[in-house]
Amino acid sequence: MAVCIAVIAKENYPLYIRSVPVQNELKFHYTVHTSLDVVEEKISAVGKAMADQRELYLGLLYPTEDYKVYGYVTNSKVKFVIVADSSNTSLRDNEIRSMFRKLHNSFTDVMCNPFYNPGDTIQSKAFDSMVSAMMVQAS
Amino acid sequence: MESLTLTDGEQKYYSDLFVYCDTDNTKKVASNGRVLDLFRAAQLPSEVVLQITELCGATRLGHFGRSQFYIALKLIAVAQSGLPLRVESLNSVKDLPLPRFVVAKNEQEARHTAMYPDSENQGSYQGVIPRPPGRGHVKKLSAHEVIQPCVPTVEPQLQPDTTSPVVSPHQSPPTSPHWRKHKRQASGGNVERQPVVVAGAVWTPFREPQAGPVVSGDGMWSANSPPPVQESWVSLKDAHPPSSSTLPAIHSSPVQENSSIRTVASATTANETQRQSSGGYDDPWKITDEQRQYYINQFKTIQPDLNGFIPGSAAKEFFTKSKLPILELSHIWELSDFDKDGALTLDEFCAAFHLVVARKNSYDLPEKLPESLMPKLIDLDDSAEVPDQAPDVGYSGSPVEVTPNKSPSMPSLNQTWPDLNQGNEQWETFSERSSSSQTLTQFDSNIAPADPDTAIVHPVPIRMTPSKIHMQEMELKRTGSDHTHPTSPLMAKPPDLSEETKLAPSMKFVTANSGDGYSSSDSYTSDQDPITSVVTRQRSHSGTSPEGLKVVTAPPPPPPRPHASHSRSSSLDMNRSFAAVPPGPQSAGVVAYPPAVPPRPLPTQTSGPHSGHRSDEGLAAHSTTSPQQIPEQPNFADFSQFQVFAASEEPSDDGEKHPESLPVEKSLEGAGPLRTVKSDNQEERAAATVNSAKGSIMAPPPKPVRRRLKSEDELQEEALPLKSNVIATVLAAQPSIPRSVGKDKKAIQASIRRNKETNTVLARLNSELQQQLKDLLEERISLEVQLEQLRPFSHL
Repeated sequence: MAVCIAVIAKENYPLYIRSVPVQNELKFHYTVHTSLDVVEEKISAVGKAMADQRELYLGLLYPTEDYKVYGYVTNSKVKFVIVADSSNTSLRDNEIRSMFRKLHNSFTDVMCNPFYNPGDTIQSKAFDSMVSAMMVQAS
Repeated sequence: MESLTLTDGEQKYYSDLFVYCDTDNTKKVASNGRVLDLFRAAQLPSEVVLQITELCGATRLGHFGRSQFYIALKLIAVAQSGLPLRVESLNSVKDLPLPRFVVAKNEQEARHTAMYPDSENQGSYQGVIPRPPGRGHVKKLSAHEVIQPCVPTVEPQLQPDTTSPVVSPHQSPPTSPHWRKHKRQASGGNVERQPVVVAGAVWTPFREPQAGPVVSGDGMWSANSPPPVQESWVSLKDAHPPSSSTLPAIHSSPVQENSSIRTVASATTANETQRQSSGGYDDPWKITDEQRQYYINQFKTIQPDLNGFIPGSAAKEFFTKSKLPILELSHIWELSDFDKDGALTLDEFCAAFHLVVARKNSYDLPEKLPESLMPKLIDLDDSAEVPDQAPDVGYSGSPVEVTPNKSPSMPSLNQTWPDLNQGNEQWETFSERSSSSQTLTQFDSNIAPADPDTAIVHPVPIRMTPSKIHMQEMELKRTGSDHTHPTSPLMAKPPDLSEETKLAPSMKFVTANSGDGYSSSDSYTSDQDPITSVVTRQRSHSGTSPEGLKVVTAPPPPPPRPHASHSRSSSLDMNRSFAAVPPGPQSAGVVAYPPAVPPRPLPTQTSGPHSGHRSDEGLAAHSTTSPQQIPEQPNFADFSQFQVFAASEEPSDDGEKHPESLPVEKSLEGAGPLRTVKSDNQEERAAATVNSAKGSIMAPPPKPVRRRLKSEDELQEEALPLKSNVIATVLAAQPSIPRSVGKDKKAIQASIRRNKETNTVLARLNSELQQQLKDLLEERISLEVQLEQLRPFSHL
């Protein structure tokens, strides 16, 4: 279960960020922000082999003693970042992938909404509910 | 207490509410929970409620009598319409909408009120209903009596408005115009919720009875309706049969406004009225036929095809006209776009429209799409409890929000809901599966058109693996040469075409296709790929050596040239495999050349300037190699022709040589292996000269062939006669060489071999003779020297 989930736009500003409320949200915001550097690094690593060959799931960006940060980039350079608790039974890679997949699907649904202007913060309730389902149950 | 004049509708409404609250049936409603709930449901600030209660005198009495209750309701209406709470306002406010209670929306009231048009309200009821004598008498008065006074006060103000909202609930089913009327109200007083209030007020009381057993799980989407409400309205339920059944009754009622306004088609009006209408049914989200028809008409204005889609942008514009906040529109879209495709089908559009109308009428949007709005048109036959659902077959059903346990009357329906919900989840999972991160970026490269005869081909880059190449070769062998139609190679059995005809269409086909290395065919025409790829190879062939392919009879181009042309268009594999490809459409000889460097033992032999020999030897070499390399060469005709031609040339040019070479050959063979070996080495270089010498020799009578291995003199003396013998034999054997064009391949090859050997022999002979000549000259010189030495004596 994730502790914090963030959707970052192509220009690296957050479209949606949500963390387990009890804890210090600022810390998670900061973590997500710093993880963007790692994301950029991984994106540029592929180089000339363009997006088609680059996998969307970036994997573990970097672990800290408290939590692990996973990244995922869409073809439109929208980034999803999941901060997962390390103490939690280590989530399998497949689980993280499925979480990203759900995020991506929900994000696509939000995008399909003609009333959503790309670049706006995501205020879709369906998206919220999906994210809530993925977050760690309120501690 | 002031006299309270209520319209008939209000009277009914209030009486219903009173009965609702009057659980004890004492005609005296204490401040029990129902009343408080009701007042709370009015969505007024608590202080306002307190004020109201005080105003109406309940505080004085300690409880709500009927009159107090009615006054309170009236004051609630006043408060909801934003007017200051004054006792005077009770009667002064003319067209006060009915108090709206979010908890219970009741369309019955609306219908009832609708039944009484404005014009009738004012005075008639007043006359009918005795004025309440006062507070003390209020209790005794009937509901109608009490209500009556208020009615006129209420009505006039809302003359233009009241009627329509009042009317709309039951009119909304029939027509859209009322929706528009509603819209006007909405635009006018949406903020104050005046029309809403009316509608809501009209609805709420009746909503509760309606919410009774008919739809026990009625989903008031505010979800505030307390379950007990339903029970208390049992009596009313009897009086007010289920909504759908009453609807027709109400529909039949004279609806003056029905025909009046039927022009404008603005979405917002429709939204409002629709919302009211939707509220009055068992299922607040059910769409009536009339609503549905209206939605369909609206749909048609955007998208004439009812089975088509409304793209997101068009829908956005359309719904933006409703002036709802974008966020809400976004939420409505999320709810209504069921398949998440960014476009609205007719059902989705109706659902969205319905939600917009509801929202316009200040109904809260549900979190999930109500089932009645779900874009499904399944006939839910198990809604037996729901009466008269025929018109709304597609949408019949219990409301979504209601938990299944609340609607025992429709267990089967409820069962379908979980299925639907699960369907949603399944949908989700399906979409998950289908849109995994992998598939998001990959496209199906093997899109096979349904009809293979459409011949709609798009370039499909294929990788030429050796296995594929082999497959292509097999295909090529199998299908032959009918390249005019893309699929015909697969289907047609190629007739035995001559090589040229095969070449021609193949080349045409090649030019029609595009791209070297790309096969212009779909995967289903994979069989075609070998053809095209082979053809492309041919094209590269033809591009570089057209003359070689086209001119069959002309001398073949030098072997290395076609080979070089393949460097770009084909890999080494292709070259190799290409060499192995049966030259069905290809010229056997020429094509066979390039892949394999023809072993040319002849460079050593053909160092001489004799082109004829060279060509002959070249031919011979090719002929020997080509058959070896190409297992089957059905059309060896070209090359054979050439061979024959060349062979025919040979005799004419080197006719003399051949007889020479043959005897030379034979003499050589007879001399011994050693000699041949040695002479080979030596005569490789001098072969040409020997041959030429032999040629010259041939004209005169054959000179004796000298053999070097033996003593030169002896050999010279012995070899020459031997050689002459050999030459004679060769000459004798020469005529046996076939010269006809259509000679058998083997015979030609044999003759070629013989000629080659003859050449070799002659070359050797030549070198030997040259050597002998040199020796003789040396001897002569030595003899002359001796002679001169002896001669001086004479000169002395």
